[in-house]
Amino acid sequence: MSTSTIILAVCLGLVAGMMSGLLGVGGGILFVPLLVALGLGQVEAAATSLLAIIPTAAVGALRQSRYGNLRVRAALIIGVASIVGVEVGVRIATSVPEHVLRRLFGALLIAVAVQLAWRARTSKESYPRPT
Amino acid sequence: MRLVAIGLVAGLFSALFGVGGGIVIVPLLLGIAAFGAREATATSLGAIVVTATAGVALYALHDKVDPGYAALVGIPAMAGALIGTTAQQRISTRVLTLAFAVFLTAVGVWLLAG
Repeated sequence: MSTSTIILAVCLGLVAGMMSGLLGVGGGILFVPLLVALGLGQVEAAATSLLAIIPTAAVGALRQSRYGNLRVRAALIIGVASIVGVEVGVRIATSVPEHVLRRLFGALLIAVAVQLAWRARTSKESYPRPT
Repeated sequence: MRLVAIGLVAGLFSALFGVGGGIVIVPLLLGIAAFGAREATATSLGAIVVTATAGVALYALHDKVDPGYAALVGIPAMAGALIGTTAQQRISTRVLTLAFAVFLTAVGVWLLAG
């Protein structure tokens, strides 16, 4: 990896974090295309993105729990139940061709873009402000 | 029971696409579990920690996780998230949201075409 690639990755990581803080989306959804652009395959990008997400989500959850917004029991139920879905998702991702997965991800990005545009259009305050 | 269903869908989404699952969890908590907006966002973040950890563990068995790259984008992102949440209280996010939607569409088209 060249120095300029590293600098670019750090800058884009910073921007991805800022967007997630500002809009509530933009962690994984930006990490994955960024990692693909850096040369990882679609599955490696997804797997690596998940690792990059953990600290940011953990810090966010801790901050929110101090304000009393985090429902711990509900989060645990969703989190533990999600493990079954994760197992299925990993099996699918590691068995379908990469280009299929990449196109599905492209479609997901456009769907999220439509949802964001809709929210910006219909409400003055698109996302809850942190307390 | 609804929370379990939300978890199953979110886990599938998260592992397949490498996203946290918040794009699925937050609307579902608001829509079918009668959560308030702040509670939904906060609870989603807590669930994502568990979901993403499970995803990393299972993908690691297939040797798909690259910790170096994760640190390269993940550590600056933590700093960025702190800046973003602070800035959110001072600026209007409406124009930014629309600009971001346009950007995501462009990246989506790039991935679809590539």
